[in-house]
Amino acid sequence: MSKTDQLKIADKTFSSRLFMGTGKFSSSEVMQQAVLASESELVTVALKRVEPGNDDDQMISALKDPYISLLPNTSGVRNAKEAVFAAQMAREALGTNWVKVEIHPDPKYLLPDPVETLKACEELVKLGFVVMPYIHADPVLCKRLEEVGAQCVMPLGAPIGSNKGLKTQDFLEIIIEQSNVPVIVDAGIGSPSHAAHAMEIGADAVLVNTAIAVSPNPVEIAKAFKLAVEAGRIAYTAKLAPQRQQAEASSPLTQFLYE
Amino acid sequence: MLQSIFSKTEADVRSALQSRKRDLEDFKALISPAAKPFLEQMAQQSKTITKKRFGNTMQMYAPMYLSNECQNICTYCGFSMTNKIPRKTLSDAEIIKEAEYLKSKGYDHILLVTGEANKIVGVDYMCNAFKLLRPYFSNISIEIQPLDQDEYEKLIENGLYATLVYQETYHRETYKIHHLKGKKSNFDYRLETADRLGRAGIHKIGIGALFGLEDWRADSFFTVLHLKYLQRTYWKTKYSISFPRIRPFSGGLEPKVEMTDSDLLQVICAYRLLDEDVEISISTRESEIFRNNIVHLGITSMSAESKTNPGGYVVEPESLKQFEISDERTTEVIAEMLSETGIEPVWKDWEKRW
Repeated sequence: MSKTDQLKIADKTFSSRLFMGTGKFSSSEVMQQAVLASESELVTVALKRVEPGNDDDQMISALKDPYISLLPNTSGVRNAKEAVFAAQMAREALGTNWVKVEIHPDPKYLLPDPVETLKACEELVKLGFVVMPYIHADPVLCKRLEEVGAQCVMPLGAPIGSNKGLKTQDFLEIIIEQSNVPVIVDAGIGSPSHAAHAMEIGADAVLVNTAIAVSPNPVEIAKAFKLAVEAGRIAYTAKLAPQRQQAEASSPLTQFLYE
Repeated sequence: MLQSIFSKTEADVRSALQSRKRDLEDFKALISPAAKPFLEQMAQQSKTITKKRFGNTMQMYAPMYLSNECQNICTYCGFSMTNKIPRKTLSDAEIIKEAEYLKSKGYDHILLVTGEANKIVGVDYMCNAFKLLRPYFSNISIEIQPLDQDEYEKLIENGLYATLVYQETYHRETYKIHHLKGKKSNFDYRLETADRLGRAGIHKIGIGALFGLEDWRADSFFTVLHLKYLQRTYWKTKYSISFPRIRPFSGGLEPKVEMTDSDLLQVICAYRLLDEDVEISISTRESEIFRNNIVHLGITSMSAESKTNPGGYVVEPESLKQFEISDERTTEVIAEMLSETGIEPVWKDWEKRW
């Protein structure tokens, strides 16, 4: 993508607006190839999958690349206290103060807990973290997170892993309209067309994992996502052609001006 | 800025009219000369959107001028310090008399207006006025000199709902020409007033420009920029917009750039097409015919039989006015006009215990 259309979050700029997750792949090799094919520059890693202190950790080694930044996530924690602890662990283990805050007390749908997420973000910002909260597509929560210093918001498009697309579109549009920080659509994006759709309505980036990892051909699909995200972004900045024509009503409302 | 508005083409206007989500470039197209032939379409859309969001209702309010003391010299205002006419500030008893009159007319939302005279009509005077008026009205707004954040906080504690503060013009140089002396000559302090209000946690902020001082297209665009910034920053606050045009007054100023009825309609529709939720009010500065029509095309609140002088309703009808109004019909006549055309006048839409 063009150098002038870069995405800035905290102190980092990204040429790619596709962020990737690293779970559910059949092997670290496939994951690595898919990430490279996606040209993603920010890749999230579940801290629970990393062995602290092990410099040969397979997953981490596979992601050693000058263009890729790691984004540890707190997946597995159930409340703010655990999330703060996990973030501190991640900072130590991976040497980054970036953290994707994921707090899902519910193990089935992995839906984020808004109250604990807000608490955790407030605390983590004070501790010097760059926080990226995974949340419901809740416009008020997004403003509250912005107020406590979250550097972006990551509302979900549909339940995580569901591949259903932008079920929350109306709310995402409100969030995008109101936000002063980047909006990254996370969860639910099941196909490249969903990703393009999110970009067309003005999302700053998308995060994709399951749709790539679980596809029969992750590397090719990763490439398709890259192209779709770029296409959607270009369409957004270039503006789409209007969708509907409006018929002109017959009784004139402006006649009084000429009487 | 003006150039980018004037360079908008028919195609830009068509695209703006058909867009599902309009942006500031669309707004520029809608206020451009190229949009003139599309005014009817704009009015149709504005009517539909307003109805969808606000229903068939009109919020009624009345201004109550408390004082015409002013320490500013402004070229367009009847209260300017240079205007050597006796000044008046209402006493407690007089405030109550005016309140009783407006209450008897049905008003429950009131807008208190003063000149800018901090020592005479400062925070203490206003707090006292609120105390006197709260038993009469559910909703109290003010249009007075800009204050500091802690002063607004104090007024909010004492029952203030909304503050209107118009920048008059967003053109710094032109602003200087019209605000010669007094605290109002400080462009930045005035511009940042809405921020202080937002930080103070006020329910509603009204902004706008006085059309006639500068090119109305430029000022309506900068008002939108200001609005969009405020909405994103102080998201718990509601916003209202008003579009006063310069009216004759004692010692008057001719508008630099004329704004026709058709221009004003265009701006109102452009605002509504950009922002479905912003409240838009129209005062009695505008004519009967214009008001009869515009109430269907984007307006959400209006006043009637307003007096622009302190004590103007009962106490001292001949005191110095800020400007001459145009639509002099009584409240009853306006309410009837609204009802007859399918709009319910709403008198109370707030609970003062909140």
